[in-house]
Amino acid sequence: MQAFLALFDQLDQLTGTTAKVASLVNHFKSVPVEDAAWALTLLLGKRRRRLITGRRLREILRDHGDLPEWLINDCHGQVGDSAETISLLWPCVKERIAPMHVDLPAIRADRPLHWWMEILLPSIATLKEANQAEAVLALWQATPDNDHFMINKLMTGGFRVGVSTGLISRAIAEAFELEESLVVQRLMGGFEPSGANFRNITAPACEEEQRSSGKPYPFFLASPLDRKRIDDTDAEEWLIEWKWDGIRGQLIHRGDSVYLWSRGEELINNSFPELIAVGAALPPGTVLDGEVICWENGQEAPMGFDQLQRRLGRKTVGATLKRECPVRFIAYDLLELEAIDIREQPLHARQQQLTDLMALLEHPDRWRFDQSHAWTLGSWHDLDQERNRARDRKAEGLMVKRSDSPYLSGRKRGHWWKHKLEPMTLDAVLLYAQAGSGRRANLFTDYTFGLWDNNTPPQLVTFAKAYSGLNDKEILELDRWIRRNTLQRYGPARSVKAELVFEIGFEGIHPSKRHKSGLAVRFPRILRWRHDKLAEQADRLITAQQLFEEKQSTDTNVKTVRSAVGDKSS
Amino acid sequence: MIERTAEGLYCRAADAWVDPWRPVARALITHAHADHARAGCDQYWAVDVSEGVLRQRLGQHINLQPIPYGEEVWLGQCKVSFHSAGHVLGSAQIRLEADGEVWVVSGDYKRDHDPSCAPFETVPCDVFITEATFGMPIYRWQRGEEVAMAIRDWWKGDQTRPSLLFCYAFGKAQRLLAELHALGVKDEILLHGAVETVTRHYRMAKVPMAPSRPVSELPRNEPLGGRLILAPPSAHRSSWMKRFKAPQTAFASGWMAVRGARRRRGYERGFVLSDHADWPGLLRTIRESGAKKVYVTHGQSDVLARYLRESEAIDAEPLETLFEGESD
Repeated sequence: MQAFLALFDQLDQLTGTTAKVASLVNHFKSVPVEDAAWALTLLLGKRRRRLITGRRLREILRDHGDLPEWLINDCHGQVGDSAETISLLWPCVKERIAPMHVDLPAIRADRPLHWWMEILLPSIATLKEANQAEAVLALWQATPDNDHFMINKLMTGGFRVGVSTGLISRAIAEAFELEESLVVQRLMGGFEPSGANFRNITAPACEEEQRSSGKPYPFFLASPLDRKRIDDTDAEEWLIEWKWDGIRGQLIHRGDSVYLWSRGEELINNSFPELIAVGAALPPGTVLDGEVICWENGQEAPMGFDQLQRRLGRKTVGATLKRECPVRFIAYDLLELEAIDIREQPLHARQQQLTDLMALLEHPDRWRFDQSHAWTLGSWHDLDQERNRARDRKAEGLMVKRSDSPYLSGRKRGHWWKHKLEPMTLDAVLLYAQAGSGRRANLFTDYTFGLWDNNTPPQLVTFAKAYSGLNDKEILELDRWIRRNTLQRYGPARSVKAELVFEIGFEGIHPSKRHKSGLAVRFPRILRWRHDKLAEQADRLITAQQLFEEKQSTDTNVKTVRSAVGDKSS
Repeated sequence: MIERTAEGLYCRAADAWVDPWRPVARALITHAHADHARAGCDQYWAVDVSEGVLRQRLGQHINLQPIPYGEEVWLGQCKVSFHSAGHVLGSAQIRLEADGEVWVVSGDYKRDHDPSCAPFETVPCDVFITEATFGMPIYRWQRGEEVAMAIRDWWKGDQTRPSLLFCYAFGKAQRLLAELHALGVKDEILLHGAVETVTRHYRMAKVPMAPSRPVSELPRNEPLGGRLILAPPSAHRSSWMKRFKAPQTAFASGWMAVRGARRRRGYERGFVLSDHADWPGLLRTIRESGAKKVYVTHGQSDVLARYLRESEAIDAEPLETLFEGESD
């Protein structure tokens, strides 16, 4: 336990990833495997169940510490975390609580982490009502105040220290001299804390694992289009593709295994089993780069991102979800063919081989795989006109790729550009603000915006919530303004004077019961703080409704457009 | 006796404002922090010890009447006196007495020992206007000496990197220099320019502090590994920081009691050290004042006022002001 406390302190204080990995490596190598297994489980944040909820701990503190409930709740609002709130309030109340005499296993500083997780805390979790309250109080009394935050966290779960799964995989790979992708693959099926499981995770790669390695290539990323960089080039040297609004995926078939990696280098096989099944029909030694997107069989245009979102992060996908959110893979590049890395070849050659490969693909669900259609423009003059067609296709915009570009890694400017549609915008009035949680606790960073409705006199009605788009300085300035201009408080949220106007950008607009306006928008973000506008000059609801109606009419058009994704004539 | 006007807290009997936030004819100043002492008033009344910092911040030629702690002055029908608040050098609570009633405006204050300024003085009153920057029970301070020891260990624990400690330039920085001196630290501590200008006044007031020097006096290429540097929070991530190669960073503030507050600001370490009263300090002070009526300003005024009413049976209500107290 002491080693884990020390690890937590280090991770909490370090800001650089290299240093964080180093302290993880050191921890995994130096503690017994049973403890390492628990450390891994806790850091992954994938505990199956909470031993005791934060609410229950707050109740115990309220009942025995003689603090009013509203005060505990206000404190919780300020801190943003139950376990921490309780650890901060304990010194305030501890003198009022008589020593508890409870039959707990003896707590000593040298008890290892797995003893806490497997013996002590479960024994408290199984107790009921008053017995449990007394046991928790006894635990707090028997341990140093400084350790309470961690102890409470171990009980309530939801452990976040600013280390991602990727960082943990990297540390394990480094500590036990393994390929990082192998560690990710091994962790994918979930991890149950035991010494044996930790040994399996950290064992050298076996032969089969080496043959069917799921190691992905680093993704090559596009940059927002810089017109100056292409205007002097010949438009015919570039390939144009639709930019779809799904998620980037790398599909690998090697040996007997198929892997689908997201751009964040997470394995997402579990969320998209249909794609894994079709992927197995590709010849082994194939790696495709493409887009994962929800798109019904036979339909001309994809479904919205909200449908895809329902699948993300799923461990299993049920029949309903499979039916309601049918998924496709739009391949736009071929990185490996017959187990040979072909990323150095020019894009047009890779795409030709991809076309040949797709022609041979046979599977009952073959329709789920498509090749992204690529075409050329006669001149740059047509580019923006072409981009505007994306709206009809329900695409996000265009990709502009040099026809002879190799597949590089990361964001190297000059070869691949993305040219997105301009977002829709409305000027809206700030109405409510709420403090963030965790890192953003006690700073107002979640904002709700309103438009003037169509009544006389017009009233402001909410239509969007946005979190991002302001820089740190603006956030601080706005935070101060909010504190001074609060009208009313509703728990952690406050209503503020209807005075400030912001330009809100968004990608889509649809009817929703979530907001009073009856509309909701997709990807809302703050584009600008309109210091130049008064609240009265903000947009009206009718403008938003018109945007929706315009969009409606293009949606209906989509259904009548003849050309599909693979259509070469467009 | 005190009413809230557009200019701030106004005492009619004395025809004066306490810490006005707009220019007025006569201002009584509790202390020289920017949210309490603003420029443009015709006449200022403040504690003599605060004169140096006040003039440096508001201008050398302001019309200032310096008053020693405890000395009674008649302004109109009102007896006015200044009493130590223990917040920073020259900080005061202002006591106003007229028609047999006593009001005290606390300004900012703390109860903890601080070797850089006079200790807090309890002033009995009928009505107490108190700050509540940290008016929540999650805020409880350790003794300054213990925090200074932790800071010394953090600094001495890395002799290769410069240690950049961010803290409020007026009050906190000098308290740290004084606490480190009390621990026997003899090393020369480096100061950002904004800290240096205030520290000068503390030295003139003969506050015992560890030796210090402005960073700007060092040659450009002087290695800074193992040195402790005090700087205001505004310098964090500014171009001023470029001079320090791979520094370790920390922030000393009451806000550091909450983990999220530290992580959001991006400091590696947070040391919980405040020049405001913590929750027990606020409650103790309010009880000791014996006030029948309490007005609560700053930060958590709603929370503290409600707690006083409901759990302590003290007649208390929040009072809206423009004091911030949050830059702590």
